[in-house]
Amino acid sequence: MNKNNIAVNVENLSKVFRLGVKEQASENFAAALWAFVRSPVQNFRKYRSLYNFNDISLAEEEQGDDILWALKNVSFTVNEGEVVGIIGGNGAGKSTLLKILSRITPPTKGNITIQGRVSSLLEVGTGFHPELTGRENVYLNGTILGMRKKEVDQRFDEIVAFSGVEKFLDTPVKRYSSGMRVRLAFAVAAHLEPEVLIVDEVLAVGDAAFQQKCMEKMERVGKEGRTVLFVSHNMAAVSSLCDRVIWLRGGQKVMEGGAQDIVGKYLLDGTDTTAHREWNDPGSAPGGKVARLRAVRLISEQGAIAEHADIRDRIGLQMEYEVLQGGSVLLPNFRVQNDNGIVVFATLDQDQEWRQTPRPAGRYISTAWIPGNFLNEGTYFVNCNLLTRHPDVVQFREQEVVSFAVGGNMGPGTARGDWPGKLKGVVSPVLEWETIYNKE
Amino acid sequence: MTDKTPVITIKPPAKWEIIDFKELRDYRDLFFFLVWRDIKVLYAQTIMGFAWAILNPLIQIVIFSVIFGKVAKLDTDGIPYVLFSTVAIIPWAYMSEAMAKSSQSLVSGQSMLGKVYFPRLIFPITPVLAKLVDFSISLVLLLAVMLYYRITPTWNLLLLPFLVVLMMSVPAGIGFWLSALSIRFRDVKFAMPFVIRMLIYSAPILYSASSIPEGYRLLYSLNPIVAVIEGYRACLLGTEIPWEFILPGALVSIVLLISGAIYFRKMERVFVDVI
Repeated sequence: MNKNNIAVNVENLSKVFRLGVKEQASENFAAALWAFVRSPVQNFRKYRSLYNFNDISLAEEEQGDDILWALKNVSFTVNEGEVVGIIGGNGAGKSTLLKILSRITPPTKGNITIQGRVSSLLEVGTGFHPELTGRENVYLNGTILGMRKKEVDQRFDEIVAFSGVEKFLDTPVKRYSSGMRVRLAFAVAAHLEPEVLIVDEVLAVGDAAFQQKCMEKMERVGKEGRTVLFVSHNMAAVSSLCDRVIWLRGGQKVMEGGAQDIVGKYLLDGTDTTAHREWNDPGSAPGGKVARLRAVRLISEQGAIAEHADIRDRIGLQMEYEVLQGGSVLLPNFRVQNDNGIVVFATLDQDQEWRQTPRPAGRYISTAWIPGNFLNEGTYFVNCNLLTRHPDVVQFREQEVVSFAVGGNMGPGTARGDWPGKLKGVVSPVLEWETIYNKE
Repeated sequence: MTDKTPVITIKPPAKWEIIDFKELRDYRDLFFFLVWRDIKVLYAQTIMGFAWAILNPLIQIVIFSVIFGKVAKLDTDGIPYVLFSTVAIIPWAYMSEAMAKSSQSLVSGQSMLGKVYFPRLIFPITPVLAKLVDFSISLVLLLAVMLYYRITPTWNLLLLPFLVVLMMSVPAGIGFWLSALSIRFRDVKFAMPFVIRMLIYSAPILYSASSIPEGYRLLYSLNPIVAVIEGYRACLLGTEIPWEFILPGALVSIVLLISGAIYFRKMERVFVDVI
């Protein structure tokens, strides 16, 4: 395959959704009664209008109340054999883009040309029926995904081997464990061999070992010279699998470029490296009836807010929270990610006394200390969570709420020492070395 | 993989699109497995299994024969009532079930609709094909009744293939219309049982078409179900072929089928956006 051939060409793609379906609240009984009587007529207009896209020849700038531009003038090309990731926050238009590319919904404007057969995996196990056996579901699912029966025949043994459910092939799928079902479904999907493959987050299934298997399969698909478009929230997966990344925000392309580069910029976006965040209004603070988060800070050993830390410094992750309804055992915890989206570590409250004792209402400050010479140079993002125990209930879970940078140092007492380059790795511990000299 | 790589172009949809028969043919394997799924799942975990395909019409025939044949003593042009109703109820059971399934096909398949592309017409067509299996099984019942009454086949039997096609086109045409409409207005689901109950009285299933007054016959003949039922009676029992019912009915069903397909294709582009 020629690397320079364009496999997917997207030009000025736009998609409009009509929200339209708004509920109106009546102010009094008479109005409610009237609305009820009138509702068939109203409903008819409402549901009919959803179909009426003629007025969408409107100007691009048009912003109606009930009009949503899910995608606006998006253009890009994907070369043959390239693995391209599409990233962006919620509502960025990623899913809409995939749905248009897979021909599930048509675009409002613009056009796309795709060279070759397309298969899209927006979910695994589409069309799986619990009453059918594993074997029948493989065939059904395979043909739904666009394979011919002949092609399923050829790959049947491979699919079954990959899924590891050989023994249960002639058992109805409703008797399968959910893990087995997912494995079988993914196995079918993994053996699709279209020229262009469109994948949406389907890697987030199954247990860790199976996920690993899936990632390897994905990587192989990319190496085989197939064109892959991949949407994910898992930045580690995106940066390791993709050659190039397209970043969408609000239906528009923000930028595209090398995977590592764009993923790094995306993670930094909007967080402006604040090492301190506070919620002054208790009503809107994260949390609920039991507890609310009031502040998260990164502090130095002296207790000052620290956005940057030297690689040798201890750093404190601090959360301040208010317990509104006492009587539960709480478990505050943090999770720290690097700018590739890899979770470096997670840490739970180590205070053995508090881990057994129900807490009375009031304010608490919990601090976790990260030792010096532990995190490597780079930017880190902190997720801040609080659980109540017995049963375990999440009270709040704030993702990437604060971030900080660890700066390198060539001074003594660092892993680098006088070495001029940055060391690879997620952590950068100072290890004890021993050298034995033998004259022989 | 094919030798020539196909080029797919995705553009905003044109106002009117005709049916892409080539694409439908490319998906024939999918058709097969969807039909297979419908058949297999229908009687899964039942004791009687496919016997239900016979029991269902049988029970209806018994009830109707008792009520309309014995109690109400409807005029059947001299044909024994059991025989008279059997030849009508079996195609009717097929049409009503296929119609109900086909018009709900998009709503019940909406999870698939939003996740993967294949020609959308497959949804309403699948039940029309799948129900043929039930129909074929219930033919055993028909055969038994005909043997009991010692009916000798006539040349009219040659009409059978045409009648089967006509019988399929009715639920297909209605299914195209109603499945597309039901995505938009879910009212279809609630109206369907009662429409089907109305239809059974609108067609000569329980009574004879000859009991319709002369002046209304033309209007009556526009109902394609009349054409199918009267056609089956003539075909199987060897009575005179009522072309005055069959031809208008066939014409209406063709119109229904084509207009339904056009409406379906026109609406198909927004299905996913309004589910």
